[in-house]
Order: sequence, then C-alpha cells, then structure tokens
Amino acid sequence: MHKIWPPCEENKMKIGILDYGAGNLKNVCRAIEHLGYDYQLITSPQDVMNAEKLIIPGVGAFKVAMEQLAALELIEPIRQLAEKSIPIMGICLGMQLLFETSSEFGSTNGLGILTGTINPIPDVNSSGDRVKVPHVGWNELIVNNLKSSIINDLSKNEAVYFVHSYRVEDFDKADIVAHCTYNDLKIPAIVQRKNVLGCQFHPEKSGTVGLKIFKNFLKN
Amino acid sequence: MSNVRLISRLDIKGANLIKGVHLEGLRKLGDPQSYADKYYQQGIDEIIYMDVVASLYGRNNLSEIVERTAENVFIPITVGGGIRNVADVRHLLRCGADKVAINTAATKNPNLLSEIAEVFGNQCIVLSVEATRQNNGEWGVYTDNGREKSAFEVREWVTKAVKLGVGEIMLTSVDQEGTGKGFDLELIKMVSREVNVPIIASGGMGCVEHIIQANQAGADAIAMADVLHYNKISFDDIHQTCIKSGLHVRKIK
Repeated sequence: MHKIWPPCEENKMKIGILDYGAGNLKNVCRAIEHLGYDYQLITSPQDVMNAEKLIIPGVGAFKVAMEQLAALELIEPIRQLAEKSIPIMGICLGMQLLFETSSEFGSTNGLGILTGTINPIPDVNSSGDRVKVPHVGWNELIVNNLKSSIINDLSKNEAVYFVHSYRVEDFDKADIVAHCTYNDLKIPAIVQRKNVLGCQFHPEKSGTVGLKIFKNFLKN
Repeated sequence: MSNVRLISRLDIKGANLIKGVHLEGLRKLGDPQSYADKYYQQGIDEIIYMDVVASLYGRNNLSEIVERTAENVFIPITVGGGIRNVADVRHLLRCGADKVAINTAATKNPNLLSEIAEVFGNQCIVLSVEATRQNNGEWGVYTDNGREKSAFEVREWVTKAVKLGVGEIMLTSVDQEGTGKGFDLELIKMVSREVNVPIIASGGMGCVEHIIQANQAGADAIAMADVLHYNKISFDDIHQTCIKSGLHVRKIK
C-alpha cells in the first residue's frame, strides 16, 4: 500500500530506525506510525549518515549487538552522528550500547558516546532484601532534570514498562534525566547528553506515557 | 517496591475468546481483540493470549489476532500455545508479541528454552506451568491444558527452566482455575522460594483479596481471566480496591 506523507512539515524529516538484527523492532515502528510519522528501517553506514533522527532499538545480548554493529560497519557512523548533533534515541539495549563498556560475558566495549558502564542488577539490595531479576514491570519515573524536553507534558510520577537484567552504573550524574527505584535499587531510566538520549524502559510498550515520550523526541 | 502487574489473560480457541473451569468445559465469549482493546483503554498492565487448542493441532494460530492487537495496544503482549521451536518464536515476535509462553514443547525438550534465550534473551520467555497438586504433597507439571501429565514435578522443573533461561514463570493452578476461590498460595510460596524470577499467579481469582494474598505469597503479577471477561468485578473496581488496600499498582491517569 502507498504510504501517505503526514501533513506537518516536521514529519518530513528522515527518521531512521536502526535494524541491526537485535530483537523486535516492529513494535517501535508501530508506535512511530501510530503517531503519524514516517520512518525508514536502516542498516547501512550511508543511511545512518543521512538520518535526521536515529532510533536504536534492541533486545538481547550486549556483546552480540556490538558484534552486529561492527559487522555492519555502523559504529563509526553512529559516533559521527552523535557529534553532528543529530538526535539519537537508544531504547533498552539500544540505550546501553551508548555507554562505554558492559560486563555481560566478560567485558565488551560499547559505543562510548555516554559515560558509564553496564552491569547486572544485583539479586540483593543494600538492606539484604531479595531482588528478582530480570526486572519486569511498571515503575514510576522520578525526574532529576526538569529542563529536558523529552519529559514535556508528562505528569508527575508517571509509570513506564521496564524489562531488563542490566543497568547503567558509574554514570555522569548530569546525564540522568530520570530514574526509577526497583526494590530500593536506583535504576537510570532516561539519560541524555545534548542530542543523545536513551530510555532503559520501552516507550513502545508504556501506553500513552510512552507515546508522549516518542512524540517529544520526534518533534523536538 | 515494584508495582504488582495486573494482567488480562485471554484464552483463545479458533477466533473466539473462551473460558472454562479447570481448563476444561470451554465456553465462547466473542472476539478476543475487542476485549484486549477494552482492557488496554481501562489501564491493564499486560495482555496474555493463549491458544488453548494449539497443542492439539501442533501449531499456534494467533498470528493474526496478535498482529491486529499490536497495532493499537501499546503494552506488553505475551503469546502462548503450540510454540515448538525458535522459528515459531521469531514469527510471533514479528507479529507483535513481546514474549512467548512455553509449556508442552519445553517439557519434551528442555533445551528449547536455552535455544530461544540465546537468540532473543531470557526476558522474552515466560515458562507456562500448569500445576496440579499430588498425593505426595508436591505439584505435578501438566501440559495440554491440564490433560497430560509430564515427567516433572513443579519444584525441579522451575529450577531447571530458570537455569536454562526463562525470564518469568506463569504459574497456573489447574485445581483452582475457573473456580474463583483464590490462587494456590502454597504453590506460589514454594516456587518463589525455589527461583528468583518474577512469578505470574494464574487460576482462581474471584476477588481483590486474592490479589493481595498472592502478592504476599510471592507473586509479582496476577493473571485475570473470567473475573474480567464476565465483568464480575470491573477492572476499575479492581484497580481502586488495590490502591485502597495499600497494594502498589500502576497509577492510571
């Protein structure tokens, strides 16, 4: 079926959704479509360089994902895009890839665009209480940086859907837009350094709140 | 604390949402998608679609229903019934499922769980356990909607499955299912002691008190079926009563 371009000017930019073989990106596509935006699935270095907004989805293992990005020669283009001030949004594993290293299966280097490391969620908290892993469920966003436009129009303490076994640590505090607490563990939920943004949760699975977050990313 | 997840479980036969007692005596209720849409609008946290006749035919027939639902329903969707291999999982994920629930095929070939986990991650696999109490005080693992007894007891099976790589366990008590008399709390307690992954309690919900009991026993999520489908209690009432009882659930705005 022929796709009709949405009427608004802002919708005409090239929104790229990175398809590097990591998990289920169809639901991200559906959410973008639902909001009336057109997008392109992109796999080549050239397409990444031409994107005006880039979404990096991802479910699965860090190491495999980095290997896939390397095999597709996408690592440098993504880094360059970040430097060119092109808005980038990583989701779940896609967010974790933006950081320096992950301790999943030894140590694996990430894209190194943001400061921090990816480590397993511990199965006990500091009070000695048990923590179930993976962390699955809806947790409230506790906003640390009210200035970020990604949280525009969100009410206080809105909940979003998380499913993950690893979290960001050793981060730069200034990059944490919002976090959540899971059995007293602090989990960075939205990270942002200028044009580079990441969500640990799944906006495409977080109902109307998630759709608002996408909209904020797409229109700003 | 984490919010207790309130999940609607939709058992499907052919094109219809159905409901039975002890997973038998099926009754047709209508188009499953309209129920899923309604629950999403009301603020349900997740949806589980189970093809209850899939094992009989050896395949899952929910692709189309999942695909249509995922177009407008932006919350996690789990699909189960008749999933036999990695290709089946890939197909259902492409249709819009976020997780798959696996029972029969895993009891026949447990390594299937690690094969799926390696490709899609643990978080993608919900181990569906149909449990029946035995004379020896343990619970047996059943398949094909409680009709066939497998070689496993629940205790050893959940431990083995978590090692192989499942991210959640949906624990259905065949004894309690459809009775509205509450969940099998002893079963939930036992599984919660054995493994450290989230547990979805399923089978037996009749009132909000049952949610609180299940949560105290160790359940992280509650699967609700006929209590919602027959509108015995509206989702709104369930949600409000949870909040009044001090249970942590997602706030709906």
